[in-house]
Amino acid sequence: MCGIVGLFIKDKGLEPQLGHLLSGMLTTMCDRGPDSAGFAVYGQPKDGVAKITLQAETPEVAFAGLAAAIETLVGAPVGFSVKTSHAVLSVPSDKADAVRTALRRDHPEIRIMGAGDSIEIYKEIGYPTEVARRFDLDHMVGTHGIGHTRMATESAVTTLGAHPFSTGSDQCLVHNGSLSNHNNLRRNLKHDGMTFETENDSEVAAAYLTWRMDQGLSLGQALEKSLDDLDGFYTFVVGTKNGFGVLRDPVACKPAVLAETDQYVAFGSEYRALVGLPGIENARVWEPEPATVYFWER
Amino acid sequence: MPTVDLSVSPLRELNQALHGQKAGTNDTLWEIVNPRGSHAVAVGVAAPISIEIRGSVGYYCAGMNREASITVHGSAGPGVAENMMSGQVVVKGDASQYAGATGKGGLLVIEGNASSRCGISMKGIDIVVRGSIGHMSAFMGQAGNLIVCGDAGDALGDSIYEARLFVRGTVKSLGADCIEKDMRPEHLDIVQALLDRAGIADVTAAEFKRYGSARKLYNFNIDHADAYG
Repeated sequence: MCGIVGLFIKDKGLEPQLGHLLSGMLTTMCDRGPDSAGFAVYGQPKDGVAKITLQAETPEVAFAGLAAAIETLVGAPVGFSVKTSHAVLSVPSDKADAVRTALRRDHPEIRIMGAGDSIEIYKEIGYPTEVARRFDLDHMVGTHGIGHTRMATESAVTTLGAHPFSTGSDQCLVHNGSLSNHNNLRRNLKHDGMTFETENDSEVAAAYLTWRMDQGLSLGQALEKSLDDLDGFYTFVVGTKNGFGVLRDPVACKPAVLAETDQYVAFGSEYRALVGLPGIENARVWEPEPATVYFWER
Repeated sequence: MPTVDLSVSPLRELNQALHGQKAGTNDTLWEIVNPRGSHAVAVGVAAPISIEIRGSVGYYCAGMNREASITVHGSAGPGVAENMMSGQVVVKGDASQYAGATGKGGLLVIEGNASSRCGISMKGIDIVVRGSIGHMSAFMGQAGNLIVCGDAGDALGDSIYEARLFVRGTVKSLGADCIEKDMRPEHLDIVQALLDRAGIADVTAAEFKRYGSARKLYNFNIDHADAYG
């Protein structure tokens, strides 16, 4: 089944409440997907600083001394904030690739969940309310965010199998549904140099969009293309550094509700997820059409 | 008049109280406030009572309704009035997927738009939609009338049996074995009577086109294999 929520803020005054509102939306969707949860939050980017979200099974061991080692590597101070099994590493933008290479080479026990100028990604197995509480989603500040509660169907219940999937800088995708041609697509994408962390069908969708955007397409254009190339059932909500997109397959049997006011655009698998948002009583609420790309950008 | 506030009362208690109503009850008018998108509000009611729901509901509102008159003053999620037997359900806003699915009787009025699969497998229910409906509506419809004042999406009436479909606006495409048919006087009467019952006065029956089954898929015939799509 799975539950998806997303909130894209238009009114700057609402940005401090992003985490609180998203947390309320996410926990309402627990009964659509109780096995794991995750969310991506886009905060204010800082000039010249790249953020890399890390995850480790044994963070007390894996994260010990890591910041000092990275500082030595880049020859400058780095930021390092730990939240239970996750940590956000802030490094000079021009050193980000070198840091990622070093992490992969020297720290195979650490997983890179996502990276970019503004994205932070947290995901774990467990009941969604508990996952949101562990990572203190309630107090996160940002411009937009996407969350997912997972009921595993196509692949294993693991941390990496949780959503969102991030396969490109500041990009992420959450998916409700199942893809039927993900094995073939994965083979083709690997051939073109994409790498995969899981056997999850949704990761293929994320990688597909990254691959299309690497070819120079906008997110909107990449979503249009996915209508031709992805087979199966899907409702996608995707985030980029400045954008927020929604797409349903042509059959559109997976539920979706959009709401828009002057202050925000919100997505929920069910209307229930949106009832706590300010001014929802007067929002324009509608069901996105099948095979139609919806996209907002700041 | 009993008023039930779903922000404080459990849904199960509400539905149990509604199931306890019988013909002749003194509580003939119920008000439900703060539904906040809850699922299964007023499902399985089987008494001639009126229920006013103030706000939007989630899945399966008013499902299996018998005799009750239920109005949603908001929008409805998937499966509103699914498998209705009799009575009336009115949605003042929009309805999501498969509104009125498998309904055997009664009247469903949607004053806004309905989404995909409206009236799927309808078996005698009458559905009046003031706005438009989505794709695959009345798929395998068996009996009853679907009246759409706006437009219909793709594959209207796919694999339809004997349900009657009336659309005032455009039809994006017809499904397998669904064809346009003549509007005869008896069809004008059916449409006008249902528009009257739905309280729609600014639209006339003469503006509608009728669609229904070509009856080629009733029995398998290899010559019609292409039509199975």
